[in-house]
Amino acid sequence: MTQDDQQTTIIEPLHLLGKVEEFKKKGCRLVQMHCTKAGDTFEINYSFDINYEFSNIRIITDGKTEIPSISGIYWGAFIYENEMQDLFGIRFAGMNIDFSGNLIRTAKKNPFADPSFRGEKPCPDA
Amino acid sequence: MPRRIVVPFGPQHPVLPEPIHLDLVLKDEHVEEALPSIGYIHRGLETLVTRREYPEYVYIAERTCGICSFIHGMTYCQAVEKLVDCSVPERALFLRTIWSEYSRLHSHLLWLGLFADALGFENLFMASWRLRESVLDVLEETTGGRVIQGSCKVGGVRRDIPGETLERMRSGLDTIEREAGEIADVFLRDDSIISRTRGIGVLSREDAYALGAVGPTARASGVGIDLRKTGYAAYGRLSFSPVVETAGDCHARCIVRVKEIFTSIDLIRQAIAKIPDGPVEEKPKKNPEGDYFARSEQPRGELVHYVKGDGSRHLVRSRIRTPTLTNLPSLVRMLKGCNLADVPVIVLSIDPCIGCAER
Repeated sequence: MTQDDQQTTIIEPLHLLGKVEEFKKKGCRLVQMHCTKAGDTFEINYSFDINYEFSNIRIITDGKTEIPSISGIYWGAFIYENEMQDLFGIRFAGMNIDFSGNLIRTAKKNPFADPSFRGEKPCPDA
Repeated sequence: MPRRIVVPFGPQHPVLPEPIHLDLVLKDEHVEEALPSIGYIHRGLETLVTRREYPEYVYIAERTCGICSFIHGMTYCQAVEKLVDCSVPERALFLRTIWSEYSRLHSHLLWLGLFADALGFENLFMASWRLRESVLDVLEETTGGRVIQGSCKVGGVRRDIPGETLERMRSGLDTIEREAGEIADVFLRDDSIISRTRGIGVLSREDAYALGAVGPTARASGVGIDLRKTGYAAYGRLSFSPVVETAGDCHARCIVRVKEIFTSIDLIRQAIAKIPDGPVEEKPKKNPEGDYFARSEQPRGELVHYVKGDGSRHLVRSRIRTPTLTNLPSLVRMLKGCNLADVPVIVLSIDPCIGCAER
């Protein structure tokens, strides 16, 4: 199995838990979760693997709506959900361990939620 | 009547090379719960991807970690190469494999030294780090850098290794192998090491898989995940079997790393024997567009670099999922029920790299 075989499926947040349950039943492990700011919305990616077969599902959210936590299905997901909560300000409902913004302590609250600039412009903090 | 108390462990502790804080909930001397928190060295490296052009970000990706820096740079390049329609020359793939395995050697020897030191075995610490120096000498000679190599670039590598140097490296591996054998013997058989590590911090196979453990932490619990089997770089042309142990305790994690030293030496020998002649880089044909997840096997386990581009020279997003981050839930599970005195050894047994985990 090479790494070229990758598929990303965009799903509605409503179907997230059902889809994640399917991966769990198939015996997949949770590889990672992460968030990407895409314009005014946020893409949240969930990656799974079984026998080096990589699958990715994506939900798109406005950043204000609470997302159901998958930590009830994959216990270790709390680390990624807390990371997204701290860096992007995404809120997750029903996390098994909620650090309430204290997993990654940053000087600025939710620093990745609003990237200040892009490209060659001077750094605004300079 | 047992008392429940909370003991703060870290971020500054003699056994921790990097800062992580654990709140240990104790009932007498037994850990009932351990809650980690990080954030002391969060650098926001991922956001720098929007401020640097994609070829420059290789240097930042490399600086994610001060140990497995080369593999970070390489994995980032692998991700970008998918988006810029660039096929890396064969020779460059073999060179990447050779440098990756030297990085694994130096990382594992560093960890073995730290582990010996944590157990109070100073001679073994010095022996491990002395051997590590000879690995660093090879990296310095072939890349110009001991820890940060800067030799990987999008489309290939920056410098070649001449044939006579490869030959010298091959004979040098015999010395490394012989000296590693002497150290390995102590780690595998010494009574004091076994009594401090066997049966301590056990992670079952089911837990390791369910919690997303990777690398030696997973393989020591019988989960044979090793991303090198996907054949990235030149691994598809080399033969090896992942080192798997089943006890799931601190000693099993130590055994996996010790045995992986010999697997790495064998892989380097194979790569040197099979490396083809030819160019070592190809120019990218366009700016990155689309998104891609590249995965590789770092010394600590599976590494994921996600990149997203929109056709400009600045990427929209870089996401680095390091092995330590995904091994933290497993660490929480290992610590549950252990003795307070065993906490330092258990924490060290996952080879935590907090600089990596926080980015």
